[in-house]
Amino acid sequence: MNLTRQDVEKIAHLARLAITEQEMPVYVTSLSSIVNFVDELSRAETGSVLPMAHPLDGQHQRLRADAVSESDNHEKYQANAPAVQAGLYIVPRVIE
Amino acid sequence: MLHNLSIGELGRALRAGKTSSVEITRHFLSRIERLNPGLNALITVTAEQALAQAKAADARRAAGDEGPLLGIPLIHKDIFCTDGVRTSCGSRMLDNFIAPYDATVVTRLKDAGAVMLAKANMDEFAMGSSNETSFYGPVKNPWDTGKVPGGSSGGSAAAAAARLAAFTTGTDTGGSIRQPAALTGVTGVKPTYGRVSRYGMIAFASSLDQAGVLARSAEDAAIVLEVMAGFDPKDSTSIDTPVPDYSAALGEPLAGLKIGLLREFFDGLEARNSALIHDALKVYRSLGAQTVEVSLPHLPLSVPTYYVVAPAECSSNLSRFDGVRFGHRCEHPKDLLDLYKRSRGEGFGAEVKRRIMTGTYVLSAGYFDAYYLKAQKVRRLITDDFRAAFAQVDLLIGPTTPTPAFAIGAKVDDPITMYLNDIYTIGANLAGLPGLSLPCGFVDGLPMGLQLIGPHFSESRLLNAAHRYQTATEWHMQGPHGYEQ
Repeated sequence: MNLTRQDVEKIAHLARLAITEQEMPVYVTSLSSIVNFVDELSRAETGSVLPMAHPLDGQHQRLRADAVSESDNHEKYQANAPAVQAGLYIVPRVIE
Repeated sequence: MLHNLSIGELGRALRAGKTSSVEITRHFLSRIERLNPGLNALITVTAEQALAQAKAADARRAAGDEGPLLGIPLIHKDIFCTDGVRTSCGSRMLDNFIAPYDATVVTRLKDAGAVMLAKANMDEFAMGSSNETSFYGPVKNPWDTGKVPGGSSGGSAAAAAARLAAFTTGTDTGGSIRQPAALTGVTGVKPTYGRVSRYGMIAFASSLDQAGVLARSAEDAAIVLEVMAGFDPKDSTSIDTPVPDYSAALGEPLAGLKIGLLREFFDGLEARNSALIHDALKVYRSLGAQTVEVSLPHLPLSVPTYYVVAPAECSSNLSRFDGVRFGHRCEHPKDLLDLYKRSRGEGFGAEVKRRIMTGTYVLSAGYFDAYYLKAQKVRRLITDDFRAAFAQVDLLIGPTTPTPAFAIGAKVDDPITMYLNDIYTIGANLAGLPGLSLPCGFVDGLPMGLQLIGPHFSESRLLNAAHRYQTATEWHMQGPHGYEQ
């Protein structure tokens, strides 16, 4: 199945990616060829096979004691942020 | 020449007082300065910190401390967070990112006294098989600088082959340690999923990613892996099982070992490449191993399975790069949606965007069952094939890659052709198995790799089998021309 430009625009929106005019035709072609390539999976007989999410399938997630394990490092972490004010991350106004 | 010594030999020289970590570190730093400009294997060189770490290692030794990696220089793939040092993951998105903490792999090697010289170039977010998707430009293969070193741990592989450090670290999601190790003539180990902590290793596909080592021999790799491996409460999929003494296991004879030759790996393999693998099997038989042919009927589906599962997980993992908390932010966003879209559109390169979109598509409403769920089912069929094979044999053997290193630029325009480079390596990731690539000869003057795959937690067996081969052959002793001095 080949994807259309509209399909790719929708996918890019869902993925929150701005795709330029120059990039768009390349993605329409290459994503179509990838989708056609992975379509090969439909040949496999998987009737009653259970999906496998993980190589440690069957292992349980560990629990830990409900105790404080992290100290306050917000200044160090926020040193990497593009815009910070009074310890808060700044983004364009969301509510007018 | 210090750079030609093994980790064991460097350790002995240090213990005997014939050299110091500062001297070794200076030696490798001067090699980096001289040789790296022709390779582009490194993104960030941390010379000052390296010399401070080397001095500290020498002081520890003077105080009676010992340890196989104390004072030994290494290079980390730039996917591992290093406190206070830029951690770019090969991406414009993280070009300005100073990691605020160390990955567990980094902590363990630091605690062992190993000295970090630099951060290695890599495919952007580990997505690539040629190291051409890096924001910092392609890495060149030291065997032929017109050729790729493989990827995604291409910088780590080129640096190990050119002897810019005693060893390097890497990560392997679909072959990213083994494939570049094969194409540059070094020994690369991808351990069992859960064996080495993923904490602080920037995530690509969380059910497949695993950290490992690239070194010049299985003997060196065993020393390093023993330090890297082990339980970490900070990684929810870390396995709480003791780490064996990998070095001690290297003396085991191979008599009685049953090796399975993977039939599916030879379909369409060029005669010269196939001949090298059959030569290696002869070596194994002369060492007392038995070889039988085995078939894993679902293995040919591993590449399409991977190109659903890995992009799906990547699209989820990379949603954290939003231009708000860290990483690239676009100029003058008009609203929050514009900020997200343009920051991500500008910050990510072409291949990363392609994989995010592939993943978004296969997870989207109406396609989830046909692609993602289907791929997870085929993943189980492939894993069951491996399980059945390991009921008959102790380890599986085959080529690491279909061809030796290819020309820079040869495959960049065709993602499917590029993806097929990992046709022999992806299966081990889907099943969470350990795999190892070691040099086994040359085609057109370029190194080729032999791949060993074992059952879960059989690293000792793989390292021992590789070491016995390296005791009987000298392929791993070959180095690229121009890097001897």
